[in-house]
Amino acid sequence: MNYFSNIVKIMAKYWKVFLLEGVGYTLLLSLITVAFGVILGLLIYLGRTVRFKPVNWLCIAIVEVVRGTPMLLQLYVGYFLVPKLLPFEVTPFLCVAVALCINSGCYVSEIFRSGIQAVDRGQTEAARSLGLNGRQTMFRIVLPQAVKNILPALGNEFITIIKETSLASTFFVGELMTACLKVRGNTFLAMECITIVGVIYFVLTFILSKLMNAFERRLKAND
Amino acid sequence: MTENLIETVDLHKSFNLKEKGTLHVLKGVSEHIAKGEVVSIIGPSGGGKSTFLRCLNLLEKPDSGKIVFEGVEITNEKVDINLHRQKMGMVFQHFNVFNHLSVLKNITLAPVLLGKRSQAEADEQARQLLSRVGLLDKQDEHPSRLSGGQKQRLAIVRALAMEPDVMLFDEPTSALDPEMVGEVLDVIKALVKSGMTSVIVTHEMGFAREVSDRILFMDGGVIAESGKPDDIMNHPRNPRTKEFLSKVLY
Repeated sequence: MNYFSNIVKIMAKYWKVFLLEGVGYTLLLSLITVAFGVILGLLIYLGRTVRFKPVNWLCIAIVEVVRGTPMLLQLYVGYFLVPKLLPFEVTPFLCVAVALCINSGCYVSEIFRSGIQAVDRGQTEAARSLGLNGRQTMFRIVLPQAVKNILPALGNEFITIIKETSLASTFFVGELMTACLKVRGNTFLAMECITIVGVIYFVLTFILSKLMNAFERRLKAND
Repeated sequence: MTENLIETVDLHKSFNLKEKGTLHVLKGVSEHIAKGEVVSIIGPSGGGKSTFLRCLNLLEKPDSGKIVFEGVEITNEKVDINLHRQKMGMVFQHFNVFNHLSVLKNITLAPVLLGKRSQAEADEQARQLLSRVGLLDKQDEHPSRLSGGQKQRLAIVRALAMEPDVMLFDEPTSALDPEMVGEVLDVIKALVKSGMTSVIVTHEMGFAREVSDRILFMDGGVIAESGKPDDIMNHPRNPRTKEFLSKVLY
């Protein structure tokens, strides 16, 4: 069959574009997004809990807007807005990364919120009844238990982000889907290219989800 | 006159429920609990027993009225309630042992964190407490490996590790399997005999009669009747107490 031999031929010639450039940029973009998403998520979560209503409302509004609009639209906003806001020259990669981070931060803040809320109220009450103050209760009792709810959900978020970075190809930032577009343009073999990146995406997320499962099992074993 | 350990004056508490409007749970509760006294609170569900108990260490904040504990008005906003809570141990219906900590750590966390003891001293004390309730061999286990009765015994000694002046029990046996009720009641009995001031919300009528100096019957947000166990159980004066007791098998 031509289809399979074409795939072999494409890989032989363009493996660097797919595996080095494509996978490299996809992972880089995902890692940046997760790292800043977690920091931003924490800030948004804290913003929702501080005793200052305007900050609460602002954070809730940001989360609602981000959750209620398409990812691709947010990437467009980042692509056109970030260069206007920054005084220096920025690459499309950075613009897209900023948009991805804000998007991820909003989802991560919800992960924090639900993870912390899922810790039984009785745990807090018991800690307070012993004389621990609010901060001690949060750091010694609630958070250590919330981590077990939060980490698996964060792993899923990471996997989602890897797939969502494919939208960044709209701006040709060099990740896997961009690699697909490039090679397709050179070879005119659409299905073959799509198959190749599809397999790569699947392998990436599959490995990650297996790692997360192993990690979860270890967390459970510590219970 | 005996010394008052806890005094409440005209406590009121309402809960705002979204659908049902406001629920007035405590409608003016004034009560004295003397040092060394063992007081059980009985009464129908929704009568305000647990809310009253939870107000005593301000897990619920009363809307009005005041609470004086060891001569300090703890309902005053300026009082650091955390300091006074250290002197009021609490045992919950659902145990609320810390699931992420070992049995020993459950006990030592608060005394060490609050600067009452060094880790070594706290460990030593925790082991003594654990052997008192027959859990010494479980000291390194996680609570998920314990039965309900064992969890509740752990919760009791966790509270005792802070060397409280009063113990508050909020239906300590209501969530237990029947065969485990006895082991927890035995621990509470021993504690009460040692002279610990205790306030016990319970549905175990036989137990309340046996250990209490005084029984409070709460219904409709007020203390409807208060008296010696024998008087309350055998000669209730209030018709609501009579009705309640006639429905309870013991």
